[in-house]
Amino acid sequence: MKITTALDSTSLTTRYPKTALATTLFFMLALPFLLYVVLLLMLPFNQPETLDAVAKRFGWDLGHSPFRDTWYGVILLVEATIVSLYTAVFAGVTTWVERRIAGRMQSRIGPNRPGVFGFMSWVADAVKMLFKEDLIPAEADHLLFRAAPYFSMVGLTLPFVVLPFGESVIVADLNVGVFYVTATSAFVVVGILVSGWASNSKWALFGAVRGAAQVVSYEIPAGIAIMVPVLMAGTLSMQGIIRAQGGWPWQWFACQNPAAFVAFFIAVTASLAEGNRTPFDLPEAESELVAGYHAEYSGFRIALFLMVEWANMWIMGALAVTLFLGGWQIPGVSVETINQTRGPDVLPSLTWFCWEFVSLVVFAVKTWALVILFIWLRWTLPRVRVDQMMSLCWKYLVPGAFACFIFTLFWVMVPASVHLVSGVVISLGAALLLVKFALRTRKNIAQVKGARVDLSNW
Amino acid sequence: MAEPVERRILGRMSPSDEEIVINFGPQHPSTHGVIDFVTQTNGEIIRRSIPDIGYLHRGLEKIGEMVGYPGYMPFTDRIDYLAAMLANEGYAMAVERLLKLEVPPRAKYLRAIAGELCRISNHWVAVGTMASDIGASTPLTHALREREAINDLLEELCGARLTFNYARIGGVSFDAPEGWGEKILRYLDHLDSYVQEWDRLISLNQIYVKRLAKVAVISREKAIAYGLCGPNLRGSGIAWDTRRDLAYGAYPEFQFDVPVGQGKMGAVGDCWDRYAVRVLEMLESSKIIRQALAKLPEGEIMAKVARKPKPEAGEAMGRVESARGEMCYYVVSDGSENAYRVRVRTGSFMAMGIIEEMSQGLMIADLIALIASLDVVAPEIDR
Repeated sequence: MKITTALDSTSLTTRYPKTALATTLFFMLALPFLLYVVLLLMLPFNQPETLDAVAKRFGWDLGHSPFRDTWYGVILLVEATIVSLYTAVFAGVTTWVERRIAGRMQSRIGPNRPGVFGFMSWVADAVKMLFKEDLIPAEADHLLFRAAPYFSMVGLTLPFVVLPFGESVIVADLNVGVFYVTATSAFVVVGILVSGWASNSKWALFGAVRGAAQVVSYEIPAGIAIMVPVLMAGTLSMQGIIRAQGGWPWQWFACQNPAAFVAFFIAVTASLAEGNRTPFDLPEAESELVAGYHAEYSGFRIALFLMVEWANMWIMGALAVTLFLGGWQIPGVSVETINQTRGPDVLPSLTWFCWEFVSLVVFAVKTWALVILFIWLRWTLPRVRVDQMMSLCWKYLVPGAFACFIFTLFWVMVPASVHLVSGVVISLGAALLLVKFALRTRKNIAQVKGARVDLSNW
Repeated sequence: MAEPVERRILGRMSPSDEEIVINFGPQHPSTHGVIDFVTQTNGEIIRRSIPDIGYLHRGLEKIGEMVGYPGYMPFTDRIDYLAAMLANEGYAMAVERLLKLEVPPRAKYLRAIAGELCRISNHWVAVGTMASDIGASTPLTHALREREAINDLLEELCGARLTFNYARIGGVSFDAPEGWGEKILRYLDHLDSYVQEWDRLISLNQIYVKRLAKVAVISREKAIAYGLCGPNLRGSGIAWDTRRDLAYGAYPEFQFDVPVGQGKMGAVGDCWDRYAVRVLEMLESSKIIRQALAKLPEGEIMAKVARKPKPEAGEAMGRVESARGEMCYYVVSDGSENAYRVRVRTGSFMAMGIIEEMSQGLMIADLIALIASLDVVAPEIDR
């Protein structure tokens, strides 16, 4: 009667071979840590002037080198590789996280074979995909069929140029950062359209047309909702918007302004739709369109599409964290405090690096929280219909976002003390709602009598 | 020579320049089993969709003429593998009428208990796959988890988890094992409270309700005209249940309600009503099993039947309320060891007819909802 799938309670070292344990631990902990350390050591010094100064500090007169531009190009290429690597690793790890969470939610085990807790499954998947036959349907448009995944890849990687990781850790803090993200992330839809057309399959075409309609429509409420924090900060620069907020929840834009609180949900909903995540996964609706726009893809090409889909969650989360949830701001530590620890030298002090690393972690934790929310939604909600998707966008989100925009125009005129009061009220209200939700969930779980399937299979 | 079915269906399609003809199936995640829905669409709007059935035709009615009466019982499992208990029972009833046999009361009760458990397990699959067709994948695994518990119970009873082969002509094959009743009661306690969680998870989910309410509304008249039966008929607001209105077996001794569609979320007979009827029926089945366990009589489980029964020449009909509607076995005997003719009327086959008319003007996603709400399984359509 009672189905038990619990693993035995022996320790990890007896359950797994030592090599498996070591490899998994390395990938699970050291890989993200190393990536972050490399980002931290590279990104704050990637402007030509700072680069020259740092080189000079080590006795290399790069500023007057005849190959200065070449060297600078090489260093930028290395940086681009590291950031792309970050997206790939994030996408891979997220597939594992998503599958584990889905397994838990669906009361099944989920991936648990390669590595400890199945952590290496994303590496195994990628290797498997690489070795698959490179298949292009005979009737497909070969050139476009091959090109489509790269269009999506471009749409994925370009926004990373302006996405902040930490206080000084950003590739380039463009003064049109927000605008740049919305513009470049729209490249993904080109990939979707091209793949659907080039596949020469009716299912793929259906998915592509749905995808184009959906992504293009939802750009509009997303764009207007994003304007709310831009108005409040008075800048389009990503770092500028974060600096205008603070570390504590009542200093976040989402809590400071009631309209921004609404705009946060509008922006998240719209970005779900742009990222083709449930409940807006119409372009690849399995039960309707088999696999939608990537129905004909296989091997590494589908791996690219899937990587774009999962890595897009980082962009969605990071954008929302940057604009509404205080970005990398450390609670209780102001930006000035961090800058003061920098010291007079070109190379900052160790304390400064520590603060920078903390800000990296704060940003990553907030983004991961949103990513897990997206995963949770995906495994809970059904899919909306095409006409409902459209009416939600045009009848509710666009006017709603516009109302928030107008409200914020007036809100920026009220004194700062009002901002503080509303910040405390809204953040307390949100915390109360969360507590109520948790209590309600506990009550609901207790309500079911009798044998539930044992969920201790993690 | 007859024209191939595919060409006959394609001949009825008249796509204009803006329309395409597309095959939903035979390999498609939402065609429950192997069916092909040839669909003429203008973008997302469907002009017409015609089911092309027969991919799973195994000649099960013909097999009924080739094997002896008891030997056909395992084949009835394969007619409807999701509600095999009920398919067994219908055939057994038809042959018992032919042989003019009286089934011992304990066997009748065991059939009712096993049949209702099987109905619950079938409805879990029905509502779970429906949620999955609407795009929510978690309810399906939860439904299968609930079904697993019933599989365990039925395995304890007869050793099989899918194709039970439990009913026999004149009774049932095994008596209830020790402590089986308590286990069932424990499961039913769980079920009654779990359905509320299920409703919170999916039935009352706003996206789900909006996807199903007022979609593919089948009116009372249309439901009768197309010969719908079972939950599909009751979803349109017609309280007809073979268990109550043509009571057979042990059913006259049980008190239970017949849930019908009430248009709670939109119109009577929409997809949500057909779905809700199935959820409510699980609770009614739970009531029936509780009563049956309380009154379960002692005694024999098999009547005296010859090893190779040879009924007198004649005909008989066994009508049971299967999970997918009224299932009729029509058996004709010519006095020999094998039946002269076995005919099976199934709910899924009757539901196929209405798809062409109902699909007109639906959206692609609604067609999937319509097919899912009719709860068809391919082997029952094709047999």
